[in-house]
Amino acid sequence: MSFQPVKFYQTGTYTVGNRLLAPDARSVQAGELRSNSINSGHRACQGCGEALGARYAIDAAMAESNNQLIAVNATGCLEVFSTPYPESSWQVPWIHSLFGNAPAVATGVAAAMKVKGKNNVRVVAQGGDGGTTDIGFGCLSGMFERNDDVLYICYDNEAYMNTGVQRSSATPPTARTATTMPVGPEPGNVFGQGKNVPEIAMAHGIPYVATATVADLRDLEYKVRKAMKMHGARYIQIFVPCPLGWGSASHDTIRLARLAKETGMFPVFEAEHGEVTGVLKIRNKQPIEDYLKPQKRFAHLFGKHAHPEMVAHLQAIADRNIRKYGLLDEEKAHG
Amino acid sequence: MANKPFAITLKPGTSLANLTGSWRSSRPVYLNRLPPCNNACPAGENIQGWLFHAESGDYEQAWRVLVRDNPLPSVMGRVCYHPCETSCNRGQLDEAVGINSVERFLGDEAIKRGWKFDAPAASTGKKVLVVGAGPSGLSAAYHLARMGHQVEIQEAGPLAGGMMRFGIPKYRLPRDVLDAEVQRILDLGVTLKLNTKVENIEQSMQLGAFDAAFLAVGAHIGKRAMIPAGDASHIVDAVSVLRSMEGEDKPMLGRKVVVYGGGNTAIDVARTVKRMGGEPLIVYRRTRDRAPAHDFEIEEALQEGVMIKWLSTIKQAEAGEITVERMELDDKGFPQPTGEFEKLEADSVVLALGQDVDLSLLQGVPGLDVKDGVVQVTPDMMTGFPGIFAGGDMVPSERTVTVGVGHGKKAARNIDAWLRGITYVPEPKHEIATFDKLNPWYYSDADKTVRPMLDIIRRQTSFDEVQGGLDETNALFEARRCLSCGNCFECDNCYGVCPDNAVIKLGPGKGFEFNYDYCKGCGICEAECPCGSIKMVPEDI
Repeated sequence: MSFQPVKFYQTGTYTVGNRLLAPDARSVQAGELRSNSINSGHRACQGCGEALGARYAIDAAMAESNNQLIAVNATGCLEVFSTPYPESSWQVPWIHSLFGNAPAVATGVAAAMKVKGKNNVRVVAQGGDGGTTDIGFGCLSGMFERNDDVLYICYDNEAYMNTGVQRSSATPPTARTATTMPVGPEPGNVFGQGKNVPEIAMAHGIPYVATATVADLRDLEYKVRKAMKMHGARYIQIFVPCPLGWGSASHDTIRLARLAKETGMFPVFEAEHGEVTGVLKIRNKQPIEDYLKPQKRFAHLFGKHAHPEMVAHLQAIADRNIRKYGLLDEEKAHG
Repeated sequence: MANKPFAITLKPGTSLANLTGSWRSSRPVYLNRLPPCNNACPAGENIQGWLFHAESGDYEQAWRVLVRDNPLPSVMGRVCYHPCETSCNRGQLDEAVGINSVERFLGDEAIKRGWKFDAPAASTGKKVLVVGAGPSGLSAAYHLARMGHQVEIQEAGPLAGGMMRFGIPKYRLPRDVLDAEVQRILDLGVTLKLNTKVENIEQSMQLGAFDAAFLAVGAHIGKRAMIPAGDASHIVDAVSVLRSMEGEDKPMLGRKVVVYGGGNTAIDVARTVKRMGGEPLIVYRRTRDRAPAHDFEIEEALQEGVMIKWLSTIKQAEAGEITVERMELDDKGFPQPTGEFEKLEADSVVLALGQDVDLSLLQGVPGLDVKDGVVQVTPDMMTGFPGIFAGGDMVPSERTVTVGVGHGKKAARNIDAWLRGITYVPEPKHEIATFDKLNPWYYSDADKTVRPMLDIIRRQTSFDEVQGGLDETNALFEARRCLSCGNCFECDNCYGVCPDNAVIKLGPGKGFEFNYDYCKGCGICEAECPCGSIKMVPEDI
C-alpha cells in the first residue's frame, strides 16, 4: 500500500470524504473550496473520465502549490473540450501550443519562471495518451533526460478520442477503434508490445513515476501531492475511461477504472529513481471478462463468434502484471 | 479589431456560459430510501436514524431518536430477536451490524446517565385506560402520555412488566434494567395501579371516566395437552413455573425435569431448571430446524448442558417416569408416530405448548370479535367496540416483546387520532434500499464486534446475565459499521465524482444539491453513491 489508509470511519479511505473525518484527513475533492480547475460548462462527453481525472489531479497540484501553478496542455480532447476559442473552463493559468510539444513548452515555462525568480511557481504539463506516448514522446523523453522541473501528467484513455477514436500506442490488444483500419481479419488492435511509458519513464531514472486511476481518488491525490513536493522531471499516468471511445455506459466510468485495477489490467504503482516503491494492492481480484464485457470495443471477443483464446491472452497479460508488481497480498495470491 | 493581432479578436470567456445541462436525458435526484432494518423492525424504530447519531458519538441524541419509537431500549437490547439484523444489508457484505448490541449500549447509557424523556405535549384533557403493564401496555402508555393524554395503567399482577418480568428469566433480562425503564415511563406522569384486575372493561371505563381504552392483557394461561397421567405424576405449565421464579416460593420440580415443547418458553424453562440445579430434558415432537425456538437460544441451552430429545411425544406420565414415543417426519414435515416407545425418568413434566388469552374482562362488550382465542382488531388496532383498542399477545400476532411494543405505538397513534375525531394516516413508506441499490466497494472491511458471554459454569449455576454489553469504544465501532442504506451520510462521493462539477456541497448537515444547469446526466453520482441515496429519473423531453 503506497499510502496510509484511514481505518474504520464507516467507509475507510474509499469515499471522497466523510462527515466523521477530521477536515485535514479528507481529500482535496471533498473540500468546498477546492479550486475546480476545470469549471462547469466544459464540452466533454457525459461521464468523461479525463475531465474528472484532470480536475482531481490539477486541484491536488493547486492545493500542494498554494495555487501557484501553470498548466501546459498538449492538443487532445482535454484541450478541445475545455477551451474552444474564446472561452475556457480552466481556472488556472493555462497554455496550449501544439500536439507534440507540451513537454518542451513546459520546460520553457519552467525555465522562464526560474529566470524571473519565481521559484514558487510550479509547472504541470498534461496531455492524452496520443499526445504523450506517440506524438510528444520525443519531447517527453528529452524533458526526462534533462530532468526539467516539470510534472507531466498523462491522461490515459487508450486511444486518440478527439480524432474520432483512433489507435494509439497505448491502445490495448483486441480493442476496436473507429478510424484505424484493422490489420488482418479481426477488428481489434493486434497483440504487440505496445508502449509502456511509465516503465520507459522509470528507465530515465527520473525522481518520480506513478500510475493512478480515477477510481482511487485518495491514491491519486497522494501521488500528485507527493510529486509536487519534489523537483525535477516527474511523470504520472492516470487511467481515465472514455465512454465514447470504449462504448461503455457513461455511469460506468469509475467502475471500469476500478475493474482495470482490480483485474490487474492496469497496475497502480509508484517508483522513485527507477525503482518501484509501492503498489496499490488488488482488494477483490476479478476475472478479466468483468472488465471487458461492459465495453463495446471488446464486444467481438464475446457472443456468437467469440474469441476465448484472445480473452485468455488478455487474462495472461493481467496475470503477468499481478506477478510483476506483486499486486495481490501473499495470502490472496496463494489462496 | 484592427488593433489586435490575429486570433485574439474576441475577449476570453468562461465555459460557464455554456449550459451543458441541456444535454441531459435523465436527471439525478436525491432521495431517502427505507433501510431494510427499519422496515423489519416490529416496533417501527428508525434504526439507521439513531445509528447516524451514535456514529458521531452523540449517544444522547441517538437515544432520543430511538425512544421516539420505543421507550424500552435497554430491554430491547437484551430480549429482542432483532429481525433488523436478519435483514441488514451488511450481512451480504460480511456480517450484519450489531444493531441490538448498540441499542443495549444506548439503553444502558441512558440509565447510567439518568437521561429523561422529553416533556409531554400540552395536556389534551383526555383520559385513556391501559389494561396490562406488559410491553404493549407500557408502550401505549408512553406514547399516549407524550401526546398529552392522561394515562392510567391497571395491572392485575403485583409488579409492572408482564411477560418481561414473569416470562423472561433474569439471566436474559436483569430486573433492575426493567425497573429503570418502567420507572422512566411512569415519570412522564403515567399512573400505575398494581394488583388491579379489570373484571369488566366497560364498567372500569365508566368508573374512571375514561375516553378510550387500550387492552394489552397478554397471553399467560398455559395451554394443556391431554397426557394420560397417573395420580402421582407431577405436571405443571411453563408460564406458572417462570412466574413463580419471581416470587418467594420457587417451584418444586424435582431433579429430573422434562420440558414438553420446542418454543422459546420451553428453552427458558429448561435453562431456568438447569440454574436451579435440576437436570432438564426437553422433549419435542419435531426436529431442531423445525422448532419454533430461535436457534441461538437452543445453542446456548445445549452449551449449558440442557438435554433435548427431538422427534418424541409424551404418551404417558407416571410418578417418576414418562413414556415417550419416537416420531418420524412425513413428506410434508409433519411428525408421525412410529410405535416405538421408551421410558424416561421424570420427577415432573413442564408443559410449554403455548399460551391462551384470558378474555374474561371482555364479557358482555358488544361488537367484539374473538376468533381462535384472540381478539380481532382493525388495522388501526381498534376492536369491534368504538374506543376500545387492543394489542400485544391478545390480538393475532407473532408474540414477542418487540411486536407488543410496536402494537402499543400504533394503537397510541390511532387512539390519539380517534380522541381528536380524525383518522390517523401513516406517512407513505419509502421504497426499500435493497442491497443492489448500494455500491459496497466504498465500505471498508470491518467484522462484527462479538459481545462477551458469561463463562459456562456461572451460566449453569447462577441467574447472572448471560450476554454482556459493549463498551463505548466498540459500540462506536459497531455503530460505524452501518451502511446508512438509502440515506445520505455525507461521504462527499457525489460531490467528488461529478466530471462536470455540477454537485453543490451545502455544508455539514445540509447535504448536497444538483446544479441542473451543468449536470449532463451521466449517472456516475448514482453509480458511485455508496448508500443508494441518488436515483436517476428520465427527463420529460
